[in-house]
Amino acid sequence: MSETLYNTEIKRLAALPAPRLSDPDAAATLDNPLCGDRVTVEVRLKDGRIQAVGYAVRGCLLCQAAAATLAARAVGMDAMEAVALAAGLRAMLKEDAPPPAEPLTVFTPAARHRSRHDCVLLPFQALAETLRQEK
Amino acid sequence: MSFDAAALRRQFPILRQAQPGGRALHYLDNAATTQLPDAVLDAVQRHETTARANVRRGLYPLAEAADDAFEGARATVARHLGAAGPEEIVFTSGATAAINLLAHGLAVAPGDEIVLSQAEHHSNLVPWQMLAQRTGVRLRFLPVTPEGRLAADDLAGVIGERCRLIAVTHASNVTGAVSDVAAIVAAARAAGAPVMLDGAQAVQHGLPDVAALGVDFYVFSGHKVFAPNGIGVLWGRFDRLDRLRPFHGGGGMIRRVEEGGFTAGDAPWRFEAGTPPIAQAVGLAAALDWLAGLDLAAVRRHEAALTRRLLAGLAGMPGLRLVGPADDHYRLPVVSFAAEGVHPHDLCHLLGEQAICLRGGHHCAQPLLTALGHDAVSRASLSMMNDDADVDALLAALPKILRALR
Repeated sequence: MSETLYNTEIKRLAALPAPRLSDPDAAATLDNPLCGDRVTVEVRLKDGRIQAVGYAVRGCLLCQAAAATLAARAVGMDAMEAVALAAGLRAMLKEDAPPPAEPLTVFTPAARHRSRHDCVLLPFQALAETLRQEK
Repeated sequence: MSFDAAALRRQFPILRQAQPGGRALHYLDNAATTQLPDAVLDAVQRHETTARANVRRGLYPLAEAADDAFEGARATVARHLGAAGPEEIVFTSGATAAINLLAHGLAVAPGDEIVLSQAEHHSNLVPWQMLAQRTGVRLRFLPVTPEGRLAADDLAGVIGERCRLIAVTHASNVTGAVSDVAAIVAAARAAGAPVMLDGAQAVQHGLPDVAALGVDFYVFSGHKVFAPNGIGVLWGRFDRLDRLRPFHGGGGMIRRVEEGGFTAGDAPWRFEAGTPPIAQAVGLAAALDWLAGLDLAAVRRHEAALTRRLLAGLAGMPGLRLVGPADDHYRLPVVSFAAEGVHPHDLCHLLGEQAICLRGGHHCAQPLLTALGHDAVSRASLSMMNDDADVDALLAALPKILRALR
């Protein structure tokens, strides 16, 4: 059993109910072409900053946990900060960089599993796409 | 001949490799790629160390040896498929390339129709969707039954006067369901349409006799039939094959080239532009020779027994939904299932940590999964090299992992 990857915190995050926004300012849906996972991310913005995040995940436990972490972490960020967060997470997974934020430490065990990187990144990529569309 | 599973397993070097943690390898992803037996590895190494040169180019003895090996491989493949002759065999890089070749080679007009099924792998779907985009061809789909079998009763409804090809799977990579080829061919003949079978999954479980099947085109990949990667076959009845336009242009496929244009060469070589996968073709021929040397009836009995063992074990697990025909007469040893509350990625990841290799996801068959009411499933695909221990390892690991993930 992969105790470090499928740890208690990942499972707790994945089990959190996914909040949805009734009237988002922007939304985007991305697919993982490898497995067909699908993530929808919605945002409400005020003065260029993320005020609230909603999401829906049709995917694995890592993807669900990543979306939950994103929803908590991205509130208050502007587009550049959100994109930088996604880039930092990507570097953590692919380039052995330190976690860009403490809550993302929980995903560090995924770094050694190349096939799972996109599972973690998909919600963050969807957020970046959402913010691109809002522009 | 009889079938000795232990003796057969000894022919696969990968089964002799130590896995992390000293575990035994339980390779249950044969629908994606089969492993290579010594006979194939030896044939490829022998070719590369004694006859490596380009083909259709050189005049020296080594090049002639390469030509002999490559064209000999073509003849071997033709013989094992029951083809009329080697000129009916086109070597490609795989089944996907073979289907793309066919999709580019057919002469079609706007409004013509290609009949596919809901069960197709994306490799037998996207090339036709691209053809539709290019030419205005219309795609029609034969539905599947709730078990994932092609609904042969609906054939008449989807084969119209403008049908130019029926291109369907010989057996599904998700459900293992074997298509009713006789019904498909009969309906196609009644409409005057040719039939292409995607044999990517079927071939490793028994060499097809293309003449007996009565189809017009047959495609498969080497890597799913105990042969190397990068080799595949498009077989076509020569009169059909000879009417196809070439797809890729380049060296080796022409009769003459001038600044103003080119004259294509003869089939099958006009479909093999550039340096072909020579050693891979030699490996494919060796794989088919090796397969043909086995007692294939006994192999099928062995695979069927493993499938029944697996299906019986899975059937008793709570929250597991099996996909595919209930009657193993209609299925290959490919068993997909959905576990309630557990995503296949998580399940297959943790199985993989125990060296139990399954595939999880949409299996490049999203329309089929949609038709069956799933987003993703886990798949154990068995082959002749598996044994009871492989099945039992999966059945023992599953409940623990499912408990941990739920």
